[in-house]
Amino acid sequence: MTRAFRQQRLPILATAACALMGAAIVLIAYVAPIDADQGLSQKIFYFHVPVALTAYLLFGWGAWKALRVLWKRDEAADLESYVAIHQGVIYGVMTLVTGSIWAKISWGVWWAWSSNQLVLFLVLFLFYAAYFMLRYSVEPGPRRANLCAVYALFGVALIPVSFLAIRLANDFIHPTVFTSHGPQMSGRMFLAFCVAWAALVALAATLYHVELAGKRLDARLRELREVLAA
Amino acid sequence: MTTAEKYVAAAYAVVFLVVLAYVLIIATKLARLEREVAELAELAREQRAVEPERKAVAVG
Repeated sequence: MTRAFRQQRLPILATAACALMGAAIVLIAYVAPIDADQGLSQKIFYFHVPVALTAYLLFGWGAWKALRVLWKRDEAADLESYVAIHQGVIYGVMTLVTGSIWAKISWGVWWAWSSNQLVLFLVLFLFYAAYFMLRYSVEPGPRRANLCAVYALFGVALIPVSFLAIRLANDFIHPTVFTSHGPQMSGRMFLAFCVAWAALVALAATLYHVELAGKRLDARLRELREVLAA
Repeated sequence: MTTAEKYVAAAYAVVFLVVLAYVLIIATKLARLEREVAELAELAREQRAVEPERKAVAVG
């Protein structure tokens, strides 16, 4: 990554997120055809699934940074891991709420406990929600960084379980769109899905860097205040 | 507006509102950081003003 890109990373990411989001909305509204089976309600898919996949990505990124804390003793990675997990939990909330709305229109219920994928995603979400309880119950320092890193790494093991649950358990309630035969949708639907996913990943990356910059600034200001007060 | 349209609009509104709420929280935090920077700048100016007097006393 060049130095110029590093300096301009945030505006570039924000511009990409806005452009991709606009393109995704146009593609979803005007290009992707209405599903023959589910009708208009299938349009929720274009945001619900990319939001869920982005949540997995963010938890995975958080785990990677956690691994760096334990492996390379990278102190900065602790904050990066925390911010990624925080973003992941926000995306998790969006996944659960949009999924619930889609469930209501498709299945007639807000939630189905019999669906393994739904329950496993909820478990994954609650596991990462509990991460904050752990983090804020320990004094800042290397001990907290290590504990949080181990916890984040344990959580990442749930991601493949959650992702593969539907395939392993023959879940007939929750639809399976991506099978071993590829995406089960038309080309235009797949294009809208890919652009929507790219938009949500760009948005997540933008918000990740904004939050990270804010946290770093906060820490430096605290340090400066201590220096000036001494 | 059909029932399906209402649900689709609700799902998209959720994403929009969550992102908006997040941006609002970040904006509030940014305003707090701006205030803190102003306070620290003021503190640094005060210390700088006191510093030459201290030096003068030490030399004298």
